[in-house]
Amino acid sequence: MRITEVLPNEMARVTLDGVSKTVSTALLDDVAVGDYIVLHVGYALAKIDPEEAERTLEMLVMAGVG
Amino acid sequence: MMKYVDEYRDGKIAKTLAAVIAAEVRPDSEYHFMEFCGGHTHAISRYGLEDLLPPNVRMIHGPGCPVCVLPISRIDLAIELSRRPEVTLCTYGDLMRVPGSQGSSLMKAKAEGADIRMVYSTLDAVRIAEAEPNREVVFFAIGFETTTPPTALALRFAREKGLTNFAIFCNHVLTPAAVQNILDSPDVKELGNVRIDGFVGPAHVSTVIGAGAFRVFAREFKKPVVVAGFEPLDVMQSILMLIRQVNDGRHEVENQYIRAVTEDGNAKAQAAIAEFFELRDSFEWRGLGEVPNSALRLRPQFANFDAEKRFDLVTKPAKDNPACECGAILRGVKRPRDCKLFGTVCTPDNPMGSCMVSSEGACAAHWTYGRFREKAARQEAAE
Repeated sequence: MRITEVLPNEMARVTLDGVSKTVSTALLDDVAVGDYIVLHVGYALAKIDPEEAERTLEMLVMAGVG
Repeated sequence: MMKYVDEYRDGKIAKTLAAVIAAEVRPDSEYHFMEFCGGHTHAISRYGLEDLLPPNVRMIHGPGCPVCVLPISRIDLAIELSRRPEVTLCTYGDLMRVPGSQGSSLMKAKAEGADIRMVYSTLDAVRIAEAEPNREVVFFAIGFETTTPPTALALRFAREKGLTNFAIFCNHVLTPAAVQNILDSPDVKELGNVRIDGFVGPAHVSTVIGAGAFRVFAREFKKPVVVAGFEPLDVMQSILMLIRQVNDGRHEVENQYIRAVTEDGNAKAQAAIAEFFELRDSFEWRGLGEVPNSALRLRPQFANFDAEKRFDLVTKPAKDNPACECGAILRGVKRPRDCKLFGTVCTPDNPMGSCMVSSEGACAAHWTYGRFREKAARQEAAE
């Protein structure tokens, strides 16, 4: 889920695969357009850390090599 | 292309991981891992991950499906509440078909005229209370640490708006207590236990409570825990990490889902929970029985938001269908196909047990995905 628009009252517009909806970001500290979030029952619970995501993928790819 | 989704579903990498797993398992050992969370149960079934694992690695489906562990007596109370003429009951959609006593359900109560409304978010329930001041709006609050902060925020919102016609029927439960109970409770021991060598730790729950929440547990019970993401490669990698811990004789908490889960979790969400809720001494779980310190209730100063107090709800003992094996399935002692009702009288269209209701339930997952694989395997063997 990627944030496409930050709205008032701790809300945001998010999109996944062309589907978009309005969710609450009240459980997160600061959000910005372009952030990826973990969504649960209409609330963003966490932000995806792009660097850690990259590292996990590298480890997965390396599994076959190492 | 769905970023942070598709790349964790790559079939080629999954096969490579499967080969690494096959090479690292000790042929003379058995590995029994429980995935606690219903989201993982669903992913394992949907992507056929069990087919990628060696026969001596067995996945046991745990009780982490929030709808499945809600006892029948609480469903009965929700139905009773919904039948009060002044009450509008707001609920997540997947609770509608959960069977209560004597074939009742919220769906049937609604058909009989009860004012029950499905909501996607707790905020929808507050908006209904705001828009309809003459209705007593009650939100049927269920779930683990993931759905509790949203309930807390709804309460905060209702308080800010000064709403006096909003309450919650609180059924929020705690993950670590349930995991501990599977290994520790005399109740469960009496009912039959299952060997577990390690746990696939929950994804969304851990974003809230943090991977660190499982450390005491891993130490005390000497069982490895790997917090895992929901995509198939996340689950495969986590299983590999568990196998390595077992082979090394380690019992640590490792965090595979490090892109979303931190050691300490989401402080804001934890503060929202602590503001409104306190521990219940005990709470009944379907399949696990009474589990001490495993659930939350509203703090006494918020009694005006507490539907149990406002409507004098009294729990009445209720029995599951005696042939339904949900209890044993939720403890990992039996599998869906061991149940006489599975696929005969109990299907997702007409569920008898809670495990068939939610897509995260072990029976529904097996009905939707697993039985076709079994059939294909049988045909292959016959040819």
